[in-house]
Amino acid sequence: MRVGGKGLIDRTDPVSFVFDGVTYSGFQGDTLASALLANGVRLMGRSFKYHRPRGVLTAGSEEPNALVTVGAGAAQEPNVRATMQEIYPGLVARSQNRWPSLSLDLMAVNDLASPFLGAGFYYKTFMWPKSFWEKLYEPVIRRAAGLGALSGADNADTYESAYAFCDLLVIGAGPAGLMAALQAARAGADVILADENSRMGGRLLAESFEVDGKPGPVWVDAVLAELGALDNVRLMSRTTIAGAYDQGTYAALERVGHHSGRRTGGAPLETYWRIVAKRSILAAGALERPVAFRNNDRPGIMTAGAVRAYLNRWGVSPGRNVTVFGNTDDIHRTARDLLDAGIHVAAVIDSRHDGPLSDDYPVLRGAHVCDSSGRKGLEAITVRRASGEERIQTDCLAMTGGWNPSVHLTCHMNGRPTWQREIEAFVPTPGAVPGMIAAGACNGAFSTAACLRQGATAAEETLTELGFSGPEMAIPRAEDAPYVITPLWAVPGKGRAWLDFQNDVTVKDVKQAATENFRSVEHMKRYTTQGMATDQGKNSNVAALAVLADATGRGIPETGTTTFRPPYAPIAIAALGAGAEGQGFRPQRFTTSHSASVNRGAPMVEAGLWYRPSYFPEAGETTWRQSCDREVTMVREAVGICDVSTLGKIDIQGPDAAEVLDFVYCNMFSSLKVGRVRYGLMLREDGFVMDDGTTARLADTHYLMTTTTAAAGDVMKHLEFVHQGLRPELDVSFTSVTEHWAQFAVAGPKSRDLLNGLLDHPIDDESWPFMACGPVTVMGVQGRLFRISFSGEHAYEIAVPARYGASLFDILAEKAAALGGGLYGMEALNVLRIEKGFITHAEIHGRTTAYDIGMGRMVSQKKDCIGKTMSERPGLEQPGRERLVGLKPIGESRQLLAGAHLYDEAAEPVRVNDQGYVTSVCFSPTLGSMLGLAFLADGPDRHGEVVKMVDHLRGVTTLCEVVNPVFFDPEGGRVRG
Amino acid sequence: MRISCPHCGERDRREFYYRGAAVDLERPAPDAGEAAWDDFVYLRDNPAGVTRELWYHEGGCGAWIVVTRDTVTHDMLGSELASEVSA
Repeated sequence: MRVGGKGLIDRTDPVSFVFDGVTYSGFQGDTLASALLANGVRLMGRSFKYHRPRGVLTAGSEEPNALVTVGAGAAQEPNVRATMQEIYPGLVARSQNRWPSLSLDLMAVNDLASPFLGAGFYYKTFMWPKSFWEKLYEPVIRRAAGLGALSGADNADTYESAYAFCDLLVIGAGPAGLMAALQAARAGADVILADENSRMGGRLLAESFEVDGKPGPVWVDAVLAELGALDNVRLMSRTTIAGAYDQGTYAALERVGHHSGRRTGGAPLETYWRIVAKRSILAAGALERPVAFRNNDRPGIMTAGAVRAYLNRWGVSPGRNVTVFGNTDDIHRTARDLLDAGIHVAAVIDSRHDGPLSDDYPVLRGAHVCDSSGRKGLEAITVRRASGEERIQTDCLAMTGGWNPSVHLTCHMNGRPTWQREIEAFVPTPGAVPGMIAAGACNGAFSTAACLRQGATAAEETLTELGFSGPEMAIPRAEDAPYVITPLWAVPGKGRAWLDFQNDVTVKDVKQAATENFRSVEHMKRYTTQGMATDQGKNSNVAALAVLADATGRGIPETGTTTFRPPYAPIAIAALGAGAEGQGFRPQRFTTSHSASVNRGAPMVEAGLWYRPSYFPEAGETTWRQSCDREVTMVREAVGICDVSTLGKIDIQGPDAAEVLDFVYCNMFSSLKVGRVRYGLMLREDGFVMDDGTTARLADTHYLMTTTTAAAGDVMKHLEFVHQGLRPELDVSFTSVTEHWAQFAVAGPKSRDLLNGLLDHPIDDESWPFMACGPVTVMGVQGRLFRISFSGEHAYEIAVPARYGASLFDILAEKAAALGGGLYGMEALNVLRIEKGFITHAEIHGRTTAYDIGMGRMVSQKKDCIGKTMSERPGLEQPGRERLVGLKPIGESRQLLAGAHLYDEAAEPVRVNDQGYVTSVCFSPTLGSMLGLAFLADGPDRHGEVVKMVDHLRGVTTLCEVVNPVFFDPEGGRVRG
Repeated sequence: MRISCPHCGERDRREFYYRGAAVDLERPAPDAGEAAWDDFVYLRDNPAGVTRELWYHEGGCGAWIVVTRDTVTHDMLGSELASEVSA
């Protein structure tokens, strides 16, 4: 019910919205919860397990009951707290966890079965037969119990991640936070003030307090106006500080777009912030505790602070005939606010015997509410006094069991809170998070004046540490009422009294856990699921501890708390992963010939982050094999062009360049002549092969190293480590130039003819013998030419600055075609190298040594190098080691498969008889056969033997002859031709 | 977590690549013997307390640095350039 003259809503701006198919009207400034209450809607959800009717319990982010689904389709958002969702024109929300409807929920039969569904029920009941758990029990239980659901479709909404830095982060913009921020801002510190609410002010918006003689919200607006005008202050509303991490890093979730149907300027729905602050002040306030009594979960029963918030901030009374129950003077504050708004207060029930009385409303001292009634909303309560029980008609009960300081963030780095008896609550332990000071209600200071004082003091302390000095500030006048509390956790009696509303945990459940010896708080939590819902037990953890302490005969401090972990409030995974989905997760790298390849119809395949053409189909070719075979034959008989720019290129310069290369490669590079290229093999320190590639000596102190495409980044890190960490005395520097150069392989017997039609100065065998390199001019452009070959043919790689790559590729393609050649892709490249027995990372996969791949003698005995000592371990050269061989199919099956294992012909193909495995296979059009590279026990000694290849996965068995892995032109005549 | 780079100042740990214990800097002589090499290549302490680690400022200046930190308190106790530690 809306009341006149109260609230911070804009009554000139009505907003219509839909809940469960019904259109309602609220005002700008309303939350979904306040607007529904204004419309007389109390029933907003169903409970998790028993499907009990539920309404709002709170007015903040700790809300356990009023969870709704907002929106529809791919973007639908489940478990939105109605207390946090601001209404906007066109908002559509639905209730959850009910069937067929919220008011008629057939799954409420669970409530009738509740005697059987208490703590530990599942563990005890669904034990056998064992297989039924996964197939039957769990799916059924999961369907019956639960919250809202995602649509299952891709969410196209945008989320962002962002970083911010400041001297001081103030968490919470109530009186303490505002005071701290103001003082720090005036002193010139860079301040971020973050508050999870849409409007800053904290309890000053929810109470009828005055500050400095002005209404609370007026004082708040004045402070915010001053802060907002300062360049050194950033105000972040709708921003929850969700976690405290090492070195002053804080996680924050900003709800950027949830409050509006229309977002402009590409604004995201949410932004996940990482805020790095030199210091922080926690001014997160406190959360009010409900009281556990029989049937304390009916719609209409809510915390007293929530009732005042709805009244003072939103101009809504949650009832017409309200009762108030509690153990602090907040009950009178609540009654007075209600009376001021013209709401009838039926009774104030004070659990204390010595609380104040009132002339304006009946006060029942030393009394407890022990039961409630009303099917889908509160109709009456039962009050127990020494003189007996009494039933009171009421449609809203405001209850308070005291306040829990929001200590959560102070526990995120393994800190434990301290029990403070005077307020019957946990407070932060100072220093629990380095650089963080708690101030105000979160520090156990519950009067407005105390909050303002603590905010100012915390700021002063922080500013001194940071080296700022500012004018001393007067503390504004404000109420300074004492906080007098006697413990009130659970009203004794029969029936179910709720502690954890969201997970349906009752006092009985906690007691049962204790009875069954789950006495540790962490065991009780897991046995009962207390505090394990999305609200993480913000309303209930301390009360559950108190019940457990009582049941086990210990005090609350001895019982201890469970662990508070981030995030403070739920965060969508989409926000956590913002920027790292799709191409943000895996960026694409394109070569300069990319569009030319795509335009020719080449299917592109991934090579690390790069994309490379698989093959170039020609008219009439219907399978990749046809294209591949043609391209291989073309290279062997004429000339082929292939973009090899993706290989890592590292420019190495300095007087000690040769020495560092001798140290990182197992073979010699200091002896390489200028103008020559050498194949190099790099080991890890454990003696296994790390990477291979060619390195060219361009000048005495200038080398150019190539790495495999996949290992380019790792090799760069490795070189820097070897230099900086192991040989810092060497004068050398490394620069990655992979993307500076476009490089193309020109391979085949006609490769030199092609190049001589292109180079400004023609070459011949004498000026460019095999493994020569040097500068060339390509149609006026300075480039580099390397006579190297990964195909076994007379071949070159030509490199030009990347900006000329696209043009050169087209020219090369045209010239190749004129000579009966053309472009070739990865498939043909792979066949060409297998025919020659050249290795890739299929062979140097991290478990093979130089000896295994037939390059043992490359490990130079004249020098030390990375990996040398360990590569000489006797075990790495002992008989039986699997070493590189070639395989050719003989017999009926001609199929070879990578990943298949090798066995002796007569042996049973089982693990103990394993002789090795196949790493690479292809069909060789040159030799008219499948070819395979494999690692076989003592392989090089077994050429000519027959082994059996068995692929257990695909069910293929092939007899193979073991051969030299260099299948084609083993003498290497062609490469020199 | 924030790591101090001697060149660039304090940066988010996402800018860094983690290698492992700073033992990697203490490469034995080739003839130091099996035990020394086994220790160097394979054996690592797992301290609860102060530890020295190698990080690479991959998203920054490219420096390898030795970070001293406490695995219990998460305190950052210092960072030095690997090249200066090894020099």
